[in-house]
Amino acid sequence: MSIDQFVQYLIVGLTDGSIYALVGLGFTIIYAVTRIINFAQGEFVMIGGMLSYTLATSAGLSIPLSFLVSVLSAAAVGAMMYLFAIRTARRASVISLIIITIGFSIFVRGVAAEIWGVSNVRPPFFSGKAPVSLPFVDAVITPQAIWIIGTAVVVTLLLHLFLKYTMVGKALKACAVNPKAAGLVGINARTMALIAFVLAAVIGGTSGVVMAPHILASYDMGVMLGLKGFVAASIGGFKNPIATVAGGLLLGVVENVAVGINWGPFTSSYKHVIALMVLLLILLIKSGRLASEERAA
Amino acid sequence: MFEFVTSKWRHLVAAALLIFLILLPFNWFLGQYTSIMIFIGISTIVTVGLCLLMGYTGQVSLGQAAFYGLGAYFSAVLSKSYHVNPWLAMLIAAVATGLFAFLIGYPIFRLRGNYLAMATLGIGLIMYILFRQLIGITGGPDGMAGIPYLSIGGFTFDTNFKRYFLVWFFCLAVLFLSQNIVRSRTGRALRAIHGSEVAAESVGINVARFKVKIFVLSAVYASLAGSLFVHHLRFVSPQEFDFIGSVKLVVMAVIGGLASIWGAIFGAGATHLLSNELLLNLGKWDIVAYGIILMLVMIFTPEGLFVALKSASRWLQYNWRDLPGIIKRKRDELPGQMKFFLGRMLLTRLWRKNEP
Amino acid sequence: MQKYLKRAATLILAVAVLAVGSASCGDGDGATAESYKVGALLSTTGGASNLGVPEANTVEMMVEQINAAGGINGRLLEVIVYNDETDAAKCANLANRLIEQDEVLAIIGPTTSGNSLAIIETVTSAQIPLVSCAASADIIEPVEERYWVFKTPQTDRQVVAEIYTYLQSEGITKIAIMTATSSFGTGGKKYLESEAGDFGLTIVANQVFDEGATSMISQLTVIKGTDAEAVVCWAIDPESAVVAMDMQTLQIDLPLLCSHGIANMDFIAAAGDAANGVIFPAGKLPVVSYVPQTDPQWEVLTTYKADYESRYTGGVSTFGGHAYDALSMVVIALEDLEEGLSLAESRAAIRDNLESISGFVGTGGIFTMSPTDHLGMQPGSLALIEIVDGEWTWKQ
Repeated sequence: MSIDQFVQYLIVGLTDGSIYALVGLGFTIIYAVTRIINFAQGEFVMIGGMLSYTLATSAGLSIPLSFLVSVLSAAAVGAMMYLFAIRTARRASVISLIIITIGFSIFVRGVAAEIWGVSNVRPPFFSGKAPVSLPFVDAVITPQAIWIIGTAVVVTLLLHLFLKYTMVGKALKACAVNPKAAGLVGINARTMALIAFVLAAVIGGTSGVVMAPHILASYDMGVMLGLKGFVAASIGGFKNPIATVAGGLLLGVVENVAVGINWGPFTSSYKHVIALMVLLLILLIKSGRLASEERAA
Repeated sequence: MFEFVTSKWRHLVAAALLIFLILLPFNWFLGQYTSIMIFIGISTIVTVGLCLLMGYTGQVSLGQAAFYGLGAYFSAVLSKSYHVNPWLAMLIAAVATGLFAFLIGYPIFRLRGNYLAMATLGIGLIMYILFRQLIGITGGPDGMAGIPYLSIGGFTFDTNFKRYFLVWFFCLAVLFLSQNIVRSRTGRALRAIHGSEVAAESVGINVARFKVKIFVLSAVYASLAGSLFVHHLRFVSPQEFDFIGSVKLVVMAVIGGLASIWGAIFGAGATHLLSNELLLNLGKWDIVAYGIILMLVMIFTPEGLFVALKSASRWLQYNWRDLPGIIKRKRDELPGQMKFFLGRMLLTRLWRKNEP
Repeated sequence: MQKYLKRAATLILAVAVLAVGSASCGDGDGATAESYKVGALLSTTGGASNLGVPEANTVEMMVEQINAAGGINGRLLEVIVYNDETDAAKCANLANRLIEQDEVLAIIGPTTSGNSLAIIETVTSAQIPLVSCAASADIIEPVEERYWVFKTPQTDRQVVAEIYTYLQSEGITKIAIMTATSSFGTGGKKYLESEAGDFGLTIVANQVFDEGATSMISQLTVIKGTDAEAVVCWAIDPESAVVAMDMQTLQIDLPLLCSHGIANMDFIAAAGDAANGVIFPAGKLPVVSYVPQTDPQWEVLTTYKADYESRYTGGVSTFGGHAYDALSMVVIALEDLEEGLSLAESRAAIRDNLESISGFVGTGGIFTMSPTDHLGMQPGSLALIEIVDGEWTWKQ
């Protein structure tokens, strides 16, 4: 593998990884605040992608406008999901709520299949598709990939600032750390949960809009993406957004470098297995460290 | 199982259900459901293991389909490619799968909560990919066909009718076995762990060891189900054992009711009936309806169908005399009540009024 | 607490009533005296929905046309279509349902090779004829073990031969192959690998990708580093479109040959201008406008295309054509069916009629079945299609 090729794999890995990271952030936010694993997270991404396609082509809206409308719609769906599906199940245990998210994701997918059919569609590229050649190495990156990585960086930054410096953000973190104590200091858990769902939907929708031109959108794109995002979020322990992003990027990079090695089992056939095994290894190491921390405490 | 039924009725109810089960596959009764009942029986076996695992250890297993698949593929490959006796293959599959679960169980159960979910997910995904990629052994994504039937002596299980009894024999055996386990010392230890791991440790229960035990048991059950599956369809493909497959199993377990053994039948039954029977008349809106019904079931019966059924029958027991009056009253009241319920839900959700 | 229990009870009661009600409504009430019942197992959702939806649409359209014209032998045609969701176990279950509950005379489909292989045992032991709409040659081979199974799409082996013949004629000796890990992809891969030597081709790079993969750039980067002279891609359209686009991004100037899986407009829509120059073999449906009126298939092709496109959006596709061919052949078999036969005898008679179909002009080609060939596609059925300016053109 030459340096040029390695850089190329790295670039693709970072692009894929940014996608996984963005999806994973949604999982992390909802889990941290409500302890629910939202299996419908991928559908927020799908809504963003599919709507942006329809708005940009059939409705002829400009890209920024279709972006805005798509994200707002995703947010609305997120809010509806929480208000009407989750909150209604009052005495449900977490696992039951998780099943409700599964039911919701099936429902949304079915509706999407009815509205948009089963084809794969490609919304217009944000800045065209002429690849940009990198200096010093023989590797390229597409403008859309730059948008994707950029979006991931911006979203992560904004999220970090939001959680650290705004009242609402700090309230969310408080809920994540200890919901009962947060309730005692006047934080309404239900409102926080609603905010968490809307936030996750916004991030999901945003990532959907920005990745759809790159990976094609379809009614069932959320399934695989949700899975990848879930894996990314697991690395972060579902609590730490930065770790989630790191997890996503790692997943993307390992997958693609494994393809590039192209020797023995490190081929495109087993790229997922390799990535998963690396991640499992990290989990084991992390849990070992965590366990010893707990013992020390 | 039937504690909620007063004892004089208990044996009658049990006998009635058994007779219903035995008569079901006959064509003059409910024979057209034989095929789906076979699938329900097979799924129940996996679901019981999962119910026990998730209910008593509080851990979510997002990769149970891996064990299901291992049992299926071991049986398939051994009995077809190597011409091993199918029963022996089934045994080998169960032992191998159990061993595998044991080996990965110890490291996994040191992980906490969501780490565990991720680990089981990872293993499930890895097994699925291996099933798909090791084309030489497993036949790849096309799977393997032509797997022999099970047979005892000269008697071959070659019709749905015969396999129905075979599957339900195993299913009931597994259910009774599980019930015995739950009532035994092991069961008490498990319930202690479920109540409080720390407390259980303090009275000398080796929590990790019991968790692994249940994990291995659930794996063996899943393997058994997998073997029965391939000898029924005479075909195996990796598609059944992907992430969605594991999720379906979890859904079955939760719908049935975690930590509930007989609830597993309801979970498996409800899921299969929902996706196969109920919705074929709705054409394209199948999937939408399935999602909505799944949500409704979980919202209204979050503890699982079995618990809901028990409460319902207990309520019936006490109120059956008043039933005509209640039905009449409900019929009058219901529209008004529904309007009130929906209206209140909409108002509080959309206009943020105080919620009861 | 009381209220909760009552609600739970009411819900359960309601669902139970619904279940029993709709289950009893939906049952087939035996072979109706007034209509011929045929079953169809198509994947209108799931991974193969791009193929299944045109197939289902075609079936729907044909049933209406046939019944409006008076039906078959004075009887109406009823096709019961079930969606197997691209899931093999579901397909097997639904096949059982069609055979035992709905008591159909024959089954068309399934859409995918995997699902077709899954139900071969079922239809063989139930002794009911099956006309599959899937690609794999294993569906009808070995013929001795496929007494009841037929199919209408060209086999992947034939398509590979078509591609390799072209490459050989262009003087190409080294190729790279990119295949999907799906059933369709691995089927193609098998023949791409085994037939390469016969056409003087060496495979210098062998990459795979999953359905739903987000990019193929890594695999293509590996290929770029080899001395391959052409790239052969074996997948259905979303992944093939990504391959085409990524090749353009990496500025890989090699000819791209694809499988017949991309024979619908979605590929061109998704790949944009990266689709130009892509060459693939398929039935003549995509290039009807190039087919001369003297071609025996001309009438069938133009009529089908006009009918389909007037009713459904998305343009005509070869997949719908496969369903057209399958159902048409079953209809032909039904036309010769005697009266008064039992269900089992009818099924056997239909099978025999299917096997003796000769010179049937379909959309995928001209079919002549025989006891040793349950596809019967005559040479000249496939066309080599090149995409130029977003349109399909026939490369002669």
